[in-house]
Amino acid sequence: MTDHELIWRIAGGSGDGIASTSQNFAKALMRAGLHVFTHRHYPSRIRGGHTYTEVRVSADPVKSRGDGYNFLLALGDSFARNPSEGAYYGNEEIKPLSENLDELVEGGVIVYDSGLLDPSEIEDFDERVEENNWHVYDIDLRTIAREHGREVMRNTAGVAVTCAIADIEPDVIKSLMSDAMPDKILEPNLTVFDDAYEMVQEEFDVEAPDIQAPTGEHDEEQVLISGSDAIAYGAIDEGCRFIAGYPMTPWTEVFTIMTQNLPELGGISEQVEDEIAAAALAIGASHAGAKAMSGSSGGGFSLMSEPLGLAEITETPLVLVEAMRAGPSTGMPTKPEQSDLEHVLYTSQGDSHRVVFAPGTAAEAYYQTRKAFKLAYEYQIPSIVLYDQKLGGELSNVPASVFDEEPNADLGSVLTEAELEEAPHDDSGKYQRFQHDTEHGVSPRSLPGQKGGRYLATGNEHMPAGHISESPENRVAQMNRRMQKVDTIRAELNDDDEFNTVHGDEDADLGLITFGSQQGTVEEAADVLNEKGHSVKVLGVSEMMPFPKQQVTDFLDSVDEALVVEMTASAQFRGLIQKELGGYGDKMSSLLKYNGNPFEPLDIVEGFETALLEGEELPDNRTKFVPKVGE
Amino acid sequence: MSAFSAIGEETEEDQNEFTPGLEPQPTWCPGCGDFGVLKALKGAAAELGLSPEEMMVTTGIGCSGKLNSYFNSYGFHTIHGRSLPIARAAKLANPGLTVVAAGGDGDGYGIGGNHFMHTARENHDITYIVFNNEIFGLTKGQTSPTSPMGHKSKTQPHGSAKTPLRPLSMSLNAGASYVARTAAVNPNQAKDIIVEAIQHDGFSHVDFLTQCPTWNKDARQYVPYIDINESEDYEFDKTNRSEASEMMFETENALHEGTVLTGRYYVDSDRPSYQQEKKRIGEMPEEPLAERYFDDSYEWERSFDNFLDKHK
Ligand SMILES: Cc1ncc(C[n+]2csc(CCOP(=O)(O)OP(=O)(O)O)c2C)c(N)n1
Ligand code: SF4
Ligand SMILES: [Mg+2]
Repeated sequence: MTDHELIWRIAGGSGDGIASTSQNFAKALMRAGLHVFTHRHYPSRIRGGHTYTEVRVSADPVKSRGDGYNFLLALGDSFARNPSEGAYYGNEEIKPLSENLDELVEGGVIVYDSGLLDPSEIEDFDERVEENNWHVYDIDLRTIAREHGREVMRNTAGVAVTCAIADIEPDVIKSLMSDAMPDKILEPNLTVFDDAYEMVQEEFDVEAPDIQAPTGEHDEEQVLISGSDAIAYGAIDEGCRFIAGYPMTPWTEVFTIMTQNLPELGGISEQVEDEIAAAALAIGASHAGAKAMSGSSGGGFSLMSEPLGLAEITETPLVLVEAMRAGPSTGMPTKPEQSDLEHVLYTSQGDSHRVVFAPGTAAEAYYQTRKAFKLAYEYQIPSIVLYDQKLGGELSNVPASVFDEEPNADLGSVLTEAELEEAPHDDSGKYQRFQHDTEHGVSPRSLPGQKGGRYLATGNEHMPAGHISESPENRVAQMNRRMQKVDTIRAELNDDDEFNTVHGDEDADLGLITFGSQQGTVEEAADVLNEKGHSVKVLGVSEMMPFPKQQVTDFLDSVDEALVVEMTASAQFRGLIQKELGGYGDKMSSLLKYNGNPFEPLDIVEGFETALLEGEELPDNRTKFVPKVGE
Repeated sequence: MSAFSAIGEETEEDQNEFTPGLEPQPTWCPGCGDFGVLKALKGAAAELGLSPEEMMVTTGIGCSGKLNSYFNSYGFHTIHGRSLPIARAAKLANPGLTVVAAGGDGDGYGIGGNHFMHTARENHDITYIVFNNEIFGLTKGQTSPTSPMGHKSKTQPHGSAKTPLRPLSMSLNAGASYVARTAAVNPNQAKDIIVEAIQHDGFSHVDFLTQCPTWNKDARQYVPYIDINESEDYEFDKTNRSEASEMMFETENALHEGTVLTGRYYVDSDRPSYQQEKKRIGEMPEEPLAERYFDDSYEWERSFDNFLDKHK
């Protein structure tokens, strides 16, 4: 983080409204002209359990969480479990304060709710405060909130205290509160806000900490968007009006956004009995002529494996999203990881042929979801958008103009009834929907209900009109045609080449390579490294299948060596590069992280300097370095 | 103008329209009950004046799954147990289609049982025909969920220790609004039941007894059969849920004692279909979704106009 940033962490219990308070705070500052980026940490529980959201605020664009933070607002955990220290989960009540001290930078601010938290329960608290020159404000937020409203309004009181200390214009927050809150609770909240603000001004020295929220200005209108929002909006703008799903964290966010918005667009959402049904419904709707999608996270996506292959062989357009979380099995439901990469690329029997995108930013998530639909419907192939809890849940400001795009509801390679009259049919009058020799491997489809278009779709290998066949000649012709589509798609992606981005000086000696949601963090790490005198550039890959071989080859050829950064334990992405490029194992080392937390820029700086350059052991097991092949 | 002009088209089809002109010819074993389903479905479709291209027949995997290979309509031969979710979605996307799902007892009551239960519960407006031969046919004669207790097969060498599943009772309890059983040896009744099932608004389930002479040699050929709606020995009201339930229970018991009871067991014509319920709550468009993609005058909504304000 830089000196001109505010990185504000609001910590409390699950169910205490941390997410909505932080979202309003971020939006208010975005409206005030600043760049914002949020990072969420939450347990897999409904009530209770320590949770925090970090809001990074800067005058300049930010694309990652920062390293550490400088302002803690510790609220109580009002649903804390067993408060005994000997308990397995420890004293939960104090966690919003105790768990957040390690990452607070020197000179930082601590505001805690003395109505609920007692720092004497924390070992060496006073010593640590002194050592780190922290500025501590013990404020009974609960009582302030109770006086004018209800206890839950202590979040508002906490935000007011933040404004008073960090010198944020109260109106910035208050005008947003007016927009966001219903009248009934707005009044008491405003009173609580004013009270807390004035109290701090009167009773505390707010000049002492040198922490000031920056000021800035946007040159165009911004919106506060999560990756999940961006995926849902991309789908809607591509004419998707059918979704089927089964809840699973973190994919539920996309499912919920779609489900809430589809009725007013005349669309259909189905919550169904399981993920096998979910994927099958998306296939059925698409087959019948709707633009359809489904999705899940790891476990649910496993259940979609067989339907996914059915979509491949029947050439049914299908868009799925997969929100990764730490596995195997139930793993850590609310923690991000990227270890479903191979699963998504290859799951389902037979040779996989599909499109897999892994967007690096919210804007990319929007564009690539749209592209996923275009390719799925044009090429009659499954397209998967692979992301994770990090990209899905973090909020950042994006220019509103990103979404100012024409809608596209084109069904792709579908014939009309008039076209079907001219199309080839077999001797039984069936339309030859799976012709052998077609341009780019695409054989246009008909839709049930169309006159002159009847055919059989089947998961068995089949003849041009759909009949089951084990003829070797037909088999090879159909396989070749279906596989050819992937090459055609690669060529098309090469032409518009927007999503695999290179960041940094073209002539840099060393490379960092990453994919998906880690992109922004790795880019920020490269900036830090370059400031420190290294010569580094970053390749962020967002297209996983078909793989951008040429771009990755060019990048690897242009550097002496590269560090591949990914949130997996078995270096899956590096493995993919080696498989696709048939080598480069002696040029790539890996930096892995799989402890449940996404990379922070300094993790990468450290991995790069300590492990890659100096060949020394990393100081702890937060990240893991795996040397190149042969070392 | 509809982009799907086969739907609702006036036709005077005879049942040959539903037979592929040349190929493929059925490859079921001689004497297989599956022929009976094919014939009944062709007869029913013709009687209803349906055209092949307004019908979509989805099937699972099994000998039974080949039904739509030999039936001339739009077909989707899916994967084992999954004909129902695909059928449901096609009907939601284009409600004008006449959608029939079909598959075996293993397919529908075993691996696809969850979909069966929920499709019945939700009362989707589709017809589901289960070829119940009390055996896994295609995989060469293993015990199925409806095989009788004590049934011996290569995978149950000492005879099955499991009581068979009760398909009719299960269907009723899950929420199907039309439940019938027929048998391949009873072609007229079979056709009539399928006509009614297709006409029914809501989920109609036909448990179709299909003998498998190849693998289920001990099983009866489901003769002689008794039509419970016609026989004077059985008095019950098929619109009364508890009477239907008792009749089903008796029928399921009787089958394993050698008496084949068939007929209409439960008919609830008042319950709205899922499609109707979904429209009522405003979560399904009045006009078929599939038509919209062909409507050049439709102004497609976009997120920029509809949803972005709340992010500002
Ligand atoms: C997921 C899966 N598991 C197993 C199979 C193998 N299999 C194919 S058909 C079948 C059972 C067929 O029995 P049934 O559904 O009663 O149909 P029938 O052949 O008797 O008509 C099995 C086990 C498969 N195709 N897919
Ligand atoms: S194995 Fe049985 S069910 Fe299959 S075709 Fe032969 S007789 Fe019919
Ligand atoms: Mg069977």
